[in-house]
Amino acid sequence: MTAVSSTELSRSRRDSKPRLRRSSPWTALAFLAPFLVIFTVFVIVPVASAVWASLHRWSLGLPGTPWVGGANYAELFAGSTVMSVEFWKGMKATGIFTALSAPLLITLPLGLAMLLHRRFPGRTFFRALYFAPYVLGVAVIGLLWRYLLDRQLGPVNQILGIDVAWTTTLPAGWVSLVVATLWWTIGFNSVIYLAALQDVPKELYEAATVDGAGPLRRFTAITVPGITRVLQFVVAITIIASANMYGQSALITQEQPGSDTRTAIGYIAETGIQGFDIGASSAMSMILAVTLMLLSGIVVLGFRKLGGNDR
Amino acid sequence: MTATTLDRPAAPVAEKPATRRPPRRIALGITLVLLSVVFVLPLVLMVSTSFKSVQEANSLTFTLLPQQPTTAAYTEILGNDRLPVLRWLGNSLLTAVLHSALVVVVATTAAYALARLHLPFRNALLGVVLATMFVPGVIFLIPHFLIVNQLGWLNSYASLVVPSAAGAFGVVLVRQFFAGIDPAFEEAARIDGANAWQVFRRIMVPLAMPAIATLAVLAFLSSWNDFLWPVFVLFSTDMLTLPAGLAQLQGEYASRYDLLMAGAVIASVPVLAVFVFAQRYVIEGVSQGGVKG
Repeated sequence: MTAVSSTELSRSRRDSKPRLRRSSPWTALAFLAPFLVIFTVFVIVPVASAVWASLHRWSLGLPGTPWVGGANYAELFAGSTVMSVEFWKGMKATGIFTALSAPLLITLPLGLAMLLHRRFPGRTFFRALYFAPYVLGVAVIGLLWRYLLDRQLGPVNQILGIDVAWTTTLPAGWVSLVVATLWWTIGFNSVIYLAALQDVPKELYEAATVDGAGPLRRFTAITVPGITRVLQFVVAITIIASANMYGQSALITQEQPGSDTRTAIGYIAETGIQGFDIGASSAMSMILAVTLMLLSGIVVLGFRKLGGNDR
Repeated sequence: MTATTLDRPAAPVAEKPATRRPPRRIALGITLVLLSVVFVLPLVLMVSTSFKSVQEANSLTFTLLPQQPTTAAYTEILGNDRLPVLRWLGNSLLTAVLHSALVVVVATTAAYALARLHLPFRNALLGVVLATMFVPGVIFLIPHFLIVNQLGWLNSYASLVVPSAAGAFGVVLVRQFFAGIDPAFEEAARIDGANAWQVFRRIMVPLAMPAIATLAVLAFLSSWNDFLWPVFVLFSTDMLTLPAGLAQLQGEYASRYDLLMAGAVIASVPVLAVFVFAQRYVIEGVSQGGVKG
């Protein structure tokens, strides 16, 4: 098929001298139309309106949407209203969860990927097995871990013969959320790492071994530089995914104790969608988003400092 | 693949190919088996408890397998019309498939235009699309709610299918693939009289199938996994997706774990079946998403 079309091409090139005419811009626009409509309505307009809304007072029962400048932000940063206290509590919960889970979700899958990178019988099977929990979705794993960690009826306490209130106290609640998340998503990052490991030239390992490099040296001198780009990608998506955590705390700890494990995004949704306080919740979204963008920026800069050797 | 390469660990090559180290291989085997137990045990317990009687599920002593297996939990949960688990399953599958299809159509057509067709400001547009990849998702939550509300889409399938369909990731992924295809294919077809649509449909799309499959899988999974959005924008029981429905189930049955696990099993079986069947595709999709993203 390939050969035929290229010979045909060369023949017709010779016959008809003039190059193909450039397609009309209308053709391109027609192809772009479906994307542009959805992109405009659900990407461009939202970004603009998120900024706009955060600068206006816009809530249920209020007649208009008066401009208030930075007042929504000022109130949140002042921390004197109930709403601002709850918001920062949510930010703290998000921060704690991210700080606890992201390092584990970045390192453990790499270990697992290196294990699976070896050739052994049934390797594909194990890879699929470790990935399987991810496809179940957060609701199933939420219910499942709620059961596993139930204080009286849960197998974890029953098997270990302990009495820990995994879902209603801290810091046990954080352990629950992190372990469940780890079990759920470890396969996802592993699979990404595994693909990256397969792209690291094997000759490098052989050469290093000949030069007398031990396993640790091979890891730091070949593996890590060889997968820097993917490592950076995994770090970035893991931080963002952890910072967006909602389902686990809604189902496993049910935001307990009190509302201590309610994450920022959960509180933003409650305030904006259930409470219809659009102005304040938009300002909260902006604060969380800017924080995440700064973090991503730090990750990128950090990796640049490290000097990504690949590419 | 020969036997020798199979026996040898691939990454850190053993000191000399001849020195295979049995203790290390045994350690590897043990690690794998232990890890497998960790991964599988929760699922075994989920299935096992779903077949326990109420009394046994409420027992304070641990039993791995139900002593008197019963399908009572399934009968009860499937007979509850106020909490239609199967309907939720259908809603989830339908919206995830529709979302995935929409993402594929929207991203591939746009990617073709951005990779190959003439358009003023094409690169500027591509730049704008790329820039949105760096906008954290939380920004879109409240505006999406307002827009969906404005469109009258609250509590509808459309609210699950459309809003996140124009992601930059898909366009970038497919565009990159299109850009790598030899233009000779298209030129030949053009000379034979094919129009842009025919070139796209007959040549570009079939060649880009690997990238498109990747995108379809990732879009399906992200829709299937979505929790916060459906919980907040769906409110009639009939419209719920499985994740939102399971949350209601938990609210209703608190610690009736026989019922909750039966619900979880019903929710897991179809997607696990799809996964077993399309395992390679799913995993390839995710790994390509990482390497190319």
